[in-house]
Amino acid sequence: MPEPAHLTREDVAHVAALARLHLTEEELDLFTGQLAQVLDHAADVASLDLAGVVPTAHAMAVTNVLRPDEPIVCLDRDEVLAQAPSVEDHRFRVPRILGEAP
Amino acid sequence: MRSDWLLVIGLEVHCELKTTTKLFCGCPNMFGDEPNTNVCPNCLGLPGSLPVLNQRAVELAMAIGTALHCDIRASTFHRKNYFYPDQAKDYQISQYDEPLNVDGYLDLPDGFRVGIERAHMEEDTGKTTHAGASGRIHGADYSLVDYNRSGVPLVEIVSEPDMRTPDQARAYVTELRAILVASGASDGKMEEGSMRVDANVSVRRSVDDPFGTRCEIKNLNSVRSLGRAIEYEAERQIALIESGERVVQQTRHWDESAGRTQALRSKEDAYDYRYFLEPDLVPLVPDAEWIRAVADTLGMMPAERRSRLVSLLDDAGGATEAQLLQVATVVDLGLDDLVVEAVAAGVGTGLALARTANEAATDAEAARHLDPKSYVALLTLEMQGSLSATQAKAVLAELFARGGGDPATIARDKGFEAMSEDSLAETVADAIAAHPDEWSRFCGGDDKLAGFFTGLVMKATRGQANGKAVAAELRRLRG
Amino acid sequence: MTAPRPALETAAMVRAGELSAVDVLEHHLAVIEAGEEAVHAFNLVTADQARAQARAVDATVAAGGDPGPLAGVPVALKDNLCTRGIPTTCSSRILEGWEPPYDATVVTRLAAAGAVAIGKTNMDEFAMGSSTETSAFGTTRNPHDTDRVPGGSSGGSAAAVAAGFAPLALGSDTGGSIRQPAALCGVVGMKPTYGTVSRYGLVAFASSLDQIGPFAGSVADAALLFDAIGGHDPLDSTSLNRPTPRVLTVLDDGVDGMTVGILTELLDGAAPDVAARVHQAAEALAAAGARVEEVSVPEVTLGLSAYYLIAPGEASSNLARYDGVRYGLRVDAEDTVAMNTATRSQGFGAEVKRRIMLGTYVLSAGYMDAYYNQALRVRTRIIEGFDTAYSRCDVLLGPTTPTTAFAIGAKVDDPLTMYLSDVCTIPSNLAGHPAISVPYGPGEDGLPVGVQLLGPALSEGTLFQVAAVVEGAAPPLAAPRVTTGGPA
Ligand SMILES: [Zn+2]
Repeated sequence: MPEPAHLTREDVAHVAALARLHLTEEELDLFTGQLAQVLDHAADVASLDLAGVVPTAHAMAVTNVLRPDEPIVCLDRDEVLAQAPSVEDHRFRVPRILGEAP
Repeated sequence: MRSDWLLVIGLEVHCELKTTTKLFCGCPNMFGDEPNTNVCPNCLGLPGSLPVLNQRAVELAMAIGTALHCDIRASTFHRKNYFYPDQAKDYQISQYDEPLNVDGYLDLPDGFRVGIERAHMEEDTGKTTHAGASGRIHGADYSLVDYNRSGVPLVEIVSEPDMRTPDQARAYVTELRAILVASGASDGKMEEGSMRVDANVSVRRSVDDPFGTRCEIKNLNSVRSLGRAIEYEAERQIALIESGERVVQQTRHWDESAGRTQALRSKEDAYDYRYFLEPDLVPLVPDAEWIRAVADTLGMMPAERRSRLVSLLDDAGGATEAQLLQVATVVDLGLDDLVVEAVAAGVGTGLALARTANEAATDAEAARHLDPKSYVALLTLEMQGSLSATQAKAVLAELFARGGGDPATIARDKGFEAMSEDSLAETVADAIAAHPDEWSRFCGGDDKLAGFFTGLVMKATRGQANGKAVAAELRRLRG
Repeated sequence: MTAPRPALETAAMVRAGELSAVDVLEHHLAVIEAGEEAVHAFNLVTADQARAQARAVDATVAAGGDPGPLAGVPVALKDNLCTRGIPTTCSSRILEGWEPPYDATVVTRLAAAGAVAIGKTNMDEFAMGSSTETSAFGTTRNPHDTDRVPGGSSGGSAAAVAAGFAPLALGSDTGGSIRQPAALCGVVGMKPTYGTVSRYGLVAFASSLDQIGPFAGSVADAALLFDAIGGHDPLDSTSLNRPTPRVLTVLDDGVDGMTVGILTELLDGAAPDVAARVHQAAEALAAAGARVEEVSVPEVTLGLSAYYLIAPGEASSNLARYDGVRYGLRVDAEDTVAMNTATRSQGFGAEVKRRIMLGTYVLSAGYMDAYYNQALRVRTRIIEGFDTAYSRCDVLLGPTTPTTAFAIGAKVDDPLTMYLSDVCTIPSNLAGHPAISVPYGPGEDGLPVGVQLLGPALSEGTLFQVAAVVEGAAPPLAAPRVTTGGPA
């Protein structure tokens, strides 16, 4: 497996935007160094030849966990909305949305 | 569209499943309730909540796969990560590289086969209302989110890019909708958003050319707008190419009032969804026995329902073009069982089909809820001549209004007592006496005047006389 | 000073009407009052709710009923376990003040067993850390030396038990977050087989690795708590629907005839005094009748790297929901993207941001296969390596941590070094296997050393059986300095 390219400052800025995090210039420098260090350590994993090895996403092999199509008692709306930062008309209020969902 | 260009169309249809509860929690799957009342930790994306898969939703998805002749396979769920306020967890759980249903097909009524690439399960989002003058996302001051729809089960049906005309696309959606309704999986209401269609459209000059760059059109809220949007988009792409520009792969929004598509985003800024296997769910592995059990519960599909009616018409001497349209209408509306029952009870196929396609169809919802026995009894009265066509229609309307009842009783209540032969003969005789000239011309062979006399009798009886009986009486008197 | 009364004894006495749950609680509240300022184990002590629960337990006993196996025993809850109407913060600003509208399954089960929830314990923010220093609400201090870390991420729970604030505590363990602080604080801590304890209501860090488990002052008390919280839960799809091993009944069964493998890879990076304790524990097991041999599972050396790809990957998705829309912190801004960004940037601490970015990166289009999927393949390899070892051994033995508790501030600016303190505990999480840390005397600095026992899936019975023998042979450990406790 080819080793991934070294992490750049631009990569970190891109990832921060994807994760909806704002980083200062200093944070960007700091995190770039620290994340590159972790990824370099992970090179032992990234460079292994594991072709043909089946990935394990679940440690325990369980299948077909289902529930019956029966209704539960829903949460009390007032209790739910009491936790919300902003509410109007029994709905969660958010600032302007600039675009459609991606 | 210009004849030197060819169209390529693929459709993605999302349909909400008709379950009692949501896909991953027990909240009611209910349209139109008070906002944020059908919510729990899971569908609100609260910290610590976990999804558990709804068995009924799986079985409805399998029913769709069966009806579309798909392979039903072991499948998994992934997380599709993106931030959006209507997405409670800021990721959507969806089947990604291992969908439940793959490699199926759908035959259009004219026999054209459209391949089905996949039909997979995923969860719906909440609903956002935009506050401000426009009521739309652009120009809104802020928005309000209701999570009642969050987590409602969806199946996304992705066709192969097999369709070549807007008509085929329309026919595909119409037929798919009928299949979804017939399989009990969905109510297929495009207006309420329980069925949503996106179209992938590209153009090319020849069948030998590779597919052109495609655009995906969203916000198609009816079969009509689907056809319009495809036509508009094809013209737009052709004009671009002919003016030396190139088509950019884009997602475009159909603006129904303006009658055009507008770019939402291009592939260059394609979002990185970071799909990965949903660790909170386990693989779904339907075995042959389960797949068979679901298939066994599946009712007759529309194609089969249509051929059932056509063969009844064939038995009665063959179908006319008009009757084939009636067949399509009746099956579309899910009223074909009424026709079949009536014919089985001895009603003529033509009469049963015509009444169902023309009259019952005017209130299909009521017709579907009508006791078939009442309907058959009504058609029998009409066929026997006890009720005129006009009377039969009036009784049917009353049956709908009352939600059922005995047609004979309703007819009596309305004063539609079939006229006795004596009183009919008397009325006919009165009509003849009042118009001796016409009568002698009728006796002289002018058959058109039968209609004249029937009209007079009908007028005199306010439509309660049976037309056939009047004609028979006239012929008897002429000798 | 007398040793704190074991939970088993407390529960037995409360059930028999010989001890009042209210008195037990008031004793512990007094211990907290005296020592909490020095230790800072709790984000919140729920004295009022606890008093109500204790009174109910006493009322049940008075009415001739049985409140259950944990009757009147105070239990401290890690602050990532949802408690209805009681703030659950994950030691993060972004959840500060959030009151869940529901209880975690373990919280419900504890109440049903008669336990008294005494408070919410401090932790590394969203369980991301190994020292409790990433908490937004201040560092918890090790009761054995308040200049040292208690370990993490469940440092508050470990410290609470070590300091006598509560006889029992719950933590969560994603890469060692129960066992590592248990070792550093000189208490017993156990991570169950994945799927044995319901995760419903546990605020997720890395869903495929997280498990809730017990902290206690003794192996027997840990067994008591494990038995009370385990078992199938239909609200968690990954909860195993099969009989959970009951462990309280096997504690006296001994190790005669068992094979114990010393896992050499875990000793490689261990400090000499810690390694020496592991060898002493092995000798004690041999003396008790076990066959002891050295075993190598080379794949476990890849565990750390695989873990720091998988866990952040899942975490980046699990923590997306903290967006300022439905609950928790919101920092206002002009539009929703700016609001999300401002909220998350102010609400999350540096370590959480680091892991979210790392996870976002390893899941992103160009790197998914090289990093995330590759780490999942390594996971397969680690499981295969363990399988080979368990074909010869009943359990494996090693250190829980490479060193004893380190000084507060020593590693906090160096993430990779901090991550290395989980090197011995991570492999069990990747494999989904159970493991337990048992105190085994002091290290050269006088601070607690933990030895770790690892077993295959669902081997909890065997693990507790062996742990009881190890505990019986362990050299004595000085009582924590801040402890003022004793039987109520
Ligand atoms: Zn719900």
